[in-house]
Amino acid sequence: MRAPPILAALLLALTLAAPAFAVEPQEQLADPALEARARELGQELRCLVCQNQSIDDSNADLARDLRTIVRERLKAGDSNAQVLDFVTARYGDYVLLRPPLRAGTLALWFGPVVLLFAAIALLILRRRRRPAEAAPLSAEESRRLARLMDEEQAP
Amino acid sequence: MRRLLFLLPLLLLAALAVGVGTKLLSGSDPQSLPSALIDKPLPAFDLAALPGRSDGLSTGNFGGAPMLLNVFASWCVPCLAEHPVITKLGREDGIPVLAINYKDKPEDALAWLKRNGDPYLRIGADVEGRTAIDLGVYGVPETFVIDKAGRIRYRHPGPLTPDIVDREIRPLLTELAK
Repeated sequence: MRAPPILAALLLALTLAAPAFAVEPQEQLADPALEARARELGQELRCLVCQNQSIDDSNADLARDLRTIVRERLKAGDSNAQVLDFVTARYGDYVLLRPPLRAGTLALWFGPVVLLFAAIALLILRRRRRPAEAAPLSAEESRRLARLMDEEQAP
Repeated sequence: MRRLLFLLPLLLLAALAVGVGTKLLSGSDPQSLPSALIDKPLPAFDLAALPGRSDGLSTGNFGGAPMLLNVFASWCVPCLAEHPVITKLGREDGIPVLAINYKDKPEDALAWLKRNGDPYLRIGADVEGRTAIDLGVYGVPETFVIDKAGRIRYRHPGPLTPDIVDREIRPLLTELAK
C-alpha cells in the first residue's frame, strides 16, 4: 500500500516539526556549532518580560537583545558558563530557568522533599499514638449490661 | 483541647488568607524583580547626548552626592504617568535626577521632553539599549538611587508613585546624604 505523496509529505513535516522558536534567521550565527550552543543557552535563560518563557521562545525586545548578546559572547570565545555568568551578573539568578543550588535556594530545592518527609513522620506518629484497646468491662459493668439487655428483650 | 482540633484546618485557611491578602493589598508588584547590582558600583558607560543638547551621560557624572538615575522612553506610558513624581523630585526637592533615554527615536524623546517638561540634569541616549542591559533593566521606567561613592543602592522597577517616594526613596536619600 502506498500513501499518496501529499499525505507522506504532511507526515514527514509533522515528524520533523520542531517547537516554534522566536529566534529569527538574521539573528543566527553562520557557524552551526556556535548556533547550537546559543540555542542551548537560550533555553536556559528566562525572558524577564514574560517571565515564564525562555529567551528563545519569547518575542519580547529584551529577549531578542539577550539572544544577540549570547551570540556576541560566544563569538568572542566565551564558554557557556561564562555567558551565563555574564547574564546573571546583570539580572541575578532569577534569569536562570534552572536555579543553582545555593544557600538562598535551599528551600526551593529541598522544601518539597522536607514537606513530604514531615507529612510521613506525622502520619507514623499519629498511628503510634492511637489509643490502646479499651479495658475489659468490670464485673459491675457486665451485670448492668446484662440487665439492660434483658429489659430490651422482655418488653 | 483535642475537641477543638477540628478548628485547625479553618485556622490554617484563615492564616493563609491573611498572608495572601496582605501581599495582594500591599500594592507590591509580584512580577517586580530584585536588582543583582545592589551595592555594586555603576557599570561603566558613556552615552551620547540627544541631538541639539550638550550633556550626555557617563559613569563619571555620578558620585559626590546621592543621585537618582531614571530610565525612560517617550513610547512608554508608565513613564508619562510617573513623570510628575520625577519632576517634583528634581525641581522642587532639588534632588539631582539623571536620565537614560531607552531605545527611543531622538526626535520623539526631544518632543516628549518639550511637551511634558524636562526635570533631568543630564540625559544620555541609550539607542541600542545595551547600557540598560548592563544595569539589569528589564522594562521602563526604572529608577536607581546612586550613593556618593557611585554605587547602586536601590532600584525600583516600574513607575514611581508618591507613596514609594515617601516610603522608600526619601528616607534612603536622607540616610545617604549624611
